[in-house]
Amino acid sequence: MADEPGLRIEIRRPQDIASVRRAVGKAMDSVGASTLRRTRIVTAASELARNVLVHGGGGRVEMQVAGREAPRGSGVILTFIDEGKGIADIELALRDGFTTGTGLGMGLGGAKRLSDEFKITSAPGQGTTVRIASWLRRP
Amino acid sequence: MDEFDPGAGEVQIFEVQDCLLVAIQEDLDDRAVLDLQDRLTERISKTHARGVLIDISALDVVDTFIGRMLGSIARMAAILDAASVLVGMRPAVAITLVELGMHLDEVRTALNVDRGLRLIREQIDGRAAGNGR
Amino acid sequence: MPNSSKNLDALLRRRFDSILNAWIAAQSSEGVLRRDLMRESEIRQQSRAILDALATSVSRVDINERIDLDADEWADLKQLLKEATDRRVERGFTPSEMATFILSLKQPFFEGLTNELADSPSDLLKQAWSISRILDQLGLYTNEVYIAEREEIIQRQQTEMMELSTPVVQLWDKILALPLIGTLDSVRAQMVMENLLQAIVERGAEFAIVDITGVPTVDTLVAQHLLKTAAAVRLMGAHCIISGIRPQIAQTIVHLGVELPQVVTKSDIQSALAHALRQMQAQTYAQTQHGPLFAELGHHRG
Repeated sequence: MADEPGLRIEIRRPQDIASVRRAVGKAMDSVGASTLRRTRIVTAASELARNVLVHGGGGRVEMQVAGREAPRGSGVILTFIDEGKGIADIELALRDGFTTGTGLGMGLGGAKRLSDEFKITSAPGQGTTVRIASWLRRP
Repeated sequence: MDEFDPGAGEVQIFEVQDCLLVAIQEDLDDRAVLDLQDRLTERISKTHARGVLIDISALDVVDTFIGRMLGSIARMAAILDAASVLVGMRPAVAITLVELGMHLDEVRTALNVDRGLRLIREQIDGRAAGNGR
Repeated sequence: MPNSSKNLDALLRRRFDSILNAWIAAQSSEGVLRRDLMRESEIRQQSRAILDALATSVSRVDINERIDLDADEWADLKQLLKEATDRRVERGFTPSEMATFILSLKQPFFEGLTNELADSPSDLLKQAWSISRILDQLGLYTNEVYIAEREEIIQRQQTEMMELSTPVVQLWDKILALPLIGTLDSVRAQMVMENLLQAIVERGAEFAIVDITGVPTVDTLVAQHLLKTAAAVRLMGAHCIISGIRPQIAQTIVHLGVELPQVVTKSDIQSALAHALRQMQAQTYAQTQHGPLFAELGHHRG
């Protein structure tokens, strides 16, 4: 594939969340996403990055940009990875307003609604991986 | 007289008559967000401001963290007896916040600074006339 | 025995012009040389470039092996085919005209091979089979490109159509109306919301009336969508009124268990407009009562 190599951003400190927003914004601009689409994905990325920091104890995000020639056409794929406690009940976590004691919802349901694709893998003690994608061409 | 607070790199808070005016010009990181919340509440209290106007027309992204901050500021302002209005939210931002389930019902909104100031005026004067709390 | 590859591309080089002309003639006789859609000089130039790239690719691969169009040797040819296909999609060539454009190259090749290898029939068969396989693959490739390009065009057109079919109407200074007609699938609903919000900003509206009289079914999805729209309008600082509320819709909204703190509902647009006008009048009145903005300094309340 003649795509640009993936970009990885560490999420260890609060200011890294803003860095993720900037980088994702740039990626969305590079594939010519509309304002609304860009806003949705950057916001979803912000929520997921914050999850990594606050609930996952730190981690990273890996970004891939797909060009027009890719099988699905232009798009951006983001994978958020942390090695935290993991989520015991994913379905519960996806429901809005789910909290883990700090009084803050996990924003997973929202991030899912804002993306074209959403996949979460997590288990207690095994960390969490959330992968979202935004495709410019509708299937 | 208008005053402004020139903290280096911080979001500026302007005093306009008996109101405070904040225009958030760019994406704030978490630290700057909390810092703004602190400074603003302190300023409201110190100046006995009757109104607070927050202009977010320059923001192209508002996540739940900033959203919660905006809600907090509104509630704190109310406790300090100041009316608050949020103005200039962009369409894409509004759609996205709603999708995230964040309706910010506790925050009054207006389309722009002009309308926002008018709204604050109505609230303040309305209260003075005995209509409010 | 000479190498098959050398034969095929050597043949092409030797008989380039005659094969090119025969190909153009074949396109014409197959009825795919649409001079009404594309200038013949352009068709000729495309055909020449493609034939040239084909010769180059064939010289670099071993055609007895499985043909892998993803290999580098085919990249230039594929690029040319893609460009040619994109142009033709734009001009209105049909998929089969596009495929025939490629496949009509077989006949000229067979003729050339027959002339060259008349006295070695097994070689002739082998070569003919090779070129046939290659052209089949290229034909399939152009078909894929055609489909992808067509899909993009259709999507663009759909988007444009949707934008046209959800017009925002200005009823009064600062009062907009959005009469919704027909079904609201989620894609259209999204577009509708965007258009409305954009219009509110552009026209400085205070009120947005969303009229659903023309929407036949309002199920929970549609209701949810309306409420999201109203919430977004409020966040931006305008007031949303939903008009055209029928009893069943009221039921749906109540069953959804959602609160409507800031959403006013009316049974028709006229009532909605009247309501908006009253509100605006009240606002103006309030402003005149309490004096102009920023009257004196040191404004005291007494």
